[in-house]
Amino acid sequence: MGINEALGEYSELFMLLAALTYLIAFGAFGWDMAASNRKLAAVNRRAGQQNGTTHPGPRSGSAGTVTADMADPVRAKAPAMAARTSHEGLTGPGDRVARVSGGGGNASDSVADESLLYTAERRTAARIGVSVTALAFTVHLAAVLSRGIAAGRVPWGNMYEFATTGALVVAGVFLLVLTRRDLRFLGTFVIGLVLIMLMAATIGMPTPVGNLVPALQSYWLIIHVSVAVIASALFTLTFAMSVLQLIQTRREAALAAGQAPGMAFMRRVPAALSLENLAYRINAVAFVLWTFTLMAGAIWAEEAWGRYWGWDTKEVWTFVIWVVFAGYLHARATRGWTGTRAAWLCITGYLCIIFNFAVVNTLFTGLHSYSGL
Amino acid sequence: MGNTVKDRTGQEQDSSKPSDDVTLPSLGFVGTLRFVWRQLTSMRTALFLLLLLAVASVPGSLFPQRPKNPATVDQYIEDHPVAGPWLDRLQFFDVYSSVWFSAIYLLLFISLVGCVIPRAAQHAKAMRSKPPRTPRRLSRLPEYGAMAIPATAGMTPSSAIEDAAALLKKRGYRVQVRDRDTARPSVGAERGFLKEVGNLLFHFALIGVLISFAVSGMFGYRGQKILVEGGTFVNNLVSYDSFTPGTNFVTEWMDPFSIRLDDFSVTFERQSKSNYGQPLDFTAEVTTKTAPDAQPRQQVLEVNDPLSFNATNVYLVGNGYAPVVTVRDGQGNVALSEPVVAQVQDASYTSTIVIKAPDAQPSQLSFVGLFIPTAVTGPDGQTVASDPDPLNPQLLLDSYYGDLGLDKGVPTNVYTLDTTGLTQLNGRKLDTGGIVLQANETYQLPEGKGSITFEGLKRYIGVDITHDPGKYGALVFSSLAVLGLLMSLFIGRRRVWIRAGAHEDGRTMVEYGLLARGEDYRLKGEGKALRSLFDKKWLTTNPHKEQ
Ligand code: HEM
Repeated sequence: MGINEALGEYSELFMLLAALTYLIAFGAFGWDMAASNRKLAAVNRRAGQQNGTTHPGPRSGSAGTVTADMADPVRAKAPAMAARTSHEGLTGPGDRVARVSGGGGNASDSVADESLLYTAERRTAARIGVSVTALAFTVHLAAVLSRGIAAGRVPWGNMYEFATTGALVVAGVFLLVLTRRDLRFLGTFVIGLVLIMLMAATIGMPTPVGNLVPALQSYWLIIHVSVAVIASALFTLTFAMSVLQLIQTRREAALAAGQAPGMAFMRRVPAALSLENLAYRINAVAFVLWTFTLMAGAIWAEEAWGRYWGWDTKEVWTFVIWVVFAGYLHARATRGWTGTRAAWLCITGYLCIIFNFAVVNTLFTGLHSYSGL
Repeated sequence: MGNTVKDRTGQEQDSSKPSDDVTLPSLGFVGTLRFVWRQLTSMRTALFLLLLLAVASVPGSLFPQRPKNPATVDQYIEDHPVAGPWLDRLQFFDVYSSVWFSAIYLLLFISLVGCVIPRAAQHAKAMRSKPPRTPRRLSRLPEYGAMAIPATAGMTPSSAIEDAAALLKKRGYRVQVRDRDTARPSVGAERGFLKEVGNLLFHFALIGVLISFAVSGMFGYRGQKILVEGGTFVNNLVSYDSFTPGTNFVTEWMDPFSIRLDDFSVTFERQSKSNYGQPLDFTAEVTTKTAPDAQPRQQVLEVNDPLSFNATNVYLVGNGYAPVVTVRDGQGNVALSEPVVAQVQDASYTSTIVIKAPDAQPSQLSFVGLFIPTAVTGPDGQTVASDPDPLNPQLLLDSYYGDLGLDKGVPTNVYTLDTTGLTQLNGRKLDTGGIVLQANETYQLPEGKGSITFEGLKRYIGVDITHDPGKYGALVFSSLAVLGLLMSLFIGRRRVWIRAGAHEDGRTMVEYGLLARGEDYRLKGEGKALRSLFDKKWLTTNPHKEQ
């Protein structure tokens, strides 16, 4: 039960350093967005010269290569078969190309890859943003680990620790997804949220390292809270994507109506449909984790208080969040509820998470009110 | 509703109008029912009810709830004389058993049943049916590819299709070969039936969770008991301080166990300056018996670690001090000598205490005040608590005499003192002053009414005793729900068709197309995987790239 208070102070120092480093990363991502305006305009001009006027932006360039790759050789190689079998359907994918480049009738001026893969384009500021985020994450990790070592337990026993560990997981999940998908357009958003969480923790709820009160001395703390934190981190990403999706939807509507869409930096951001699809995939994983959080919480409550469900304030809100995201998943399968409405549900769900953490922990009394504030 | 029914069924008769014809209205009635049922079990309604359920849950966290703290509810109603009674009428203090909350979740679950049962039947049929026929133009499918098997491989279109079918089968597809001996043989394949099975499992499991909830509410019970060191609790109705039975609970089901609290120890933080005095460990040493004539057992009861007696569990949920006091009455007789439970108010264990001595003669005596484990004098001269351990225990009391009203048969709260009808003897505002007792001190009451002695200190624990037969079902069904959810969300339901034909130059041309049912972002990956399998098998060339 020994507390290493000196190490605890180092941890606080690291936390501050991490916040400063994130601030630099935030600036870099912001610069990337701002710079993109000018750069994209230039790219646009070049693309316009190459491609005529049918497609806006360099994406038409890549769509053009797709066309060349897929359709032309087939048309060239398969005519013998195609001629013989036009009814049987051994034709090449000629009809398909039209659909692909038509984008399903979606008027998007996005320059981002549809499946959010990295493109060849060089974005120095964004690269700096990612590198500095990685550095900040390392310092942040050191801060959280030293906190845990100083306390001799998992570093999520009070609100300060939930917030700092939660921010670490948000940044970590972001970096992890970045290795597979180009989510750098989320940089300002995600790192901004991480900064808010770190500031709220260090300024709003500083708590010196301490031991756990008996109510929290359970392995369920490790299971239940860690899964909740991971789920919340994923919901943070989808929240950011849903907000961008709403903006992008408006811009696409403006484009379709032939108006200027405004907010040119949003061209870095993928089309609304791509955002929605990726957000759905992440939400599906997060929902399973949240379901598990709910269950593990119930099991723990049974073990600690003798009832698995008692409509305690915290339980109510965890349930509300679960139902909202169940609604989100249903919305995706309900005609008329996909797209914008689903995005609003995702945002609502995330606001409930924030409420559950920030307001329920501080203003409400309940069995869970050992938040350490 | 009548209008809509007319619209839907095309009947002339408006069912909402009274009619003297017997048959038509009944049709209308059935039509109405069918319409309502169809509406209720639609996805849109399910979504609406889900969101409504979320909204309806919120007031339960904003207003005090009767099942948890009835006293707070009464206080709230008193503080809000206008809104309070209305909120009460609208059941805002009993949200989770209110008519409206119950209506929402019951409708949701009826909708659920109406939704999943037909879907289950449909899926059972789908699982037995053949993969759908090969589309004419595979190139229209979201994933498409074509390849050529070199003439040297000696493959006919039919043998290629047989190979492909075998490959797909190995990957878990259900396959059917068509047009085997024609020029254009093809194979249709489908996999991922477990996705829908998972979805159904998830929704059925939710019904199971709800039933488990009901079982808990009907056959369980829950009670509280405060146990002072040395005290014994026997599990029967009269031993409880408070007891809440389920609606269909039968007293005979109670397990006849008993617990004696031998020792209760508390450890507070002493090393860290910043968290000094925070509790670190509560441990109760108890002697238990599963039945009156059973062997006694030494056990340890801790927070997060309940004791178990068959299906009844005992939880450590609270603790505090019980000062041992002796009250002598005006005639010098001992009217009371026992540990009196003091209720903890803060982290330093400042506790309120009420001492009632109804046996005192000639008049009954009572005391109300504070117990402070470590009393220090604060900056303004007031006595305050500075530590939860008993380093300088003090009792600060006011005293009263007069009829306590305990003989009237009306239940009274042991933790409060109703001073109406009592005469005050001691108090800070009286000339006599308040009573301040250090350990082992005695105070003589004014007017020869008697004395009070602070004899010693014991600790007590508060335990919850619960019997909840529904919890096992809840655990099993919610685990099944998670399993179903995983299957439903992460299994891809896909169809694959492959068709082959002979090229005039001797090559065998193969094309394939993939289609997902429902969300499936891995369709592309599956297309690639199949492609590389075929390439390996047949050493194919890409008709797009060759020459
Ligand atoms: C107790 C309330 C309910 C909850 C918590 C719930 C939850 C869920 C969840 C989490 C999913 C996502 C799984 C997936 O995408 O496959 C889902 C899917 C689904 N639910 Fe529910 N559900 C509820 C009630 C209902 C009701 C009443 C209906 C019928 C009207 C329904 C019909 C469906 C259908 C058809 C799907 C599959 C959607 C798809 O094909 O993607 N659910 N439900």
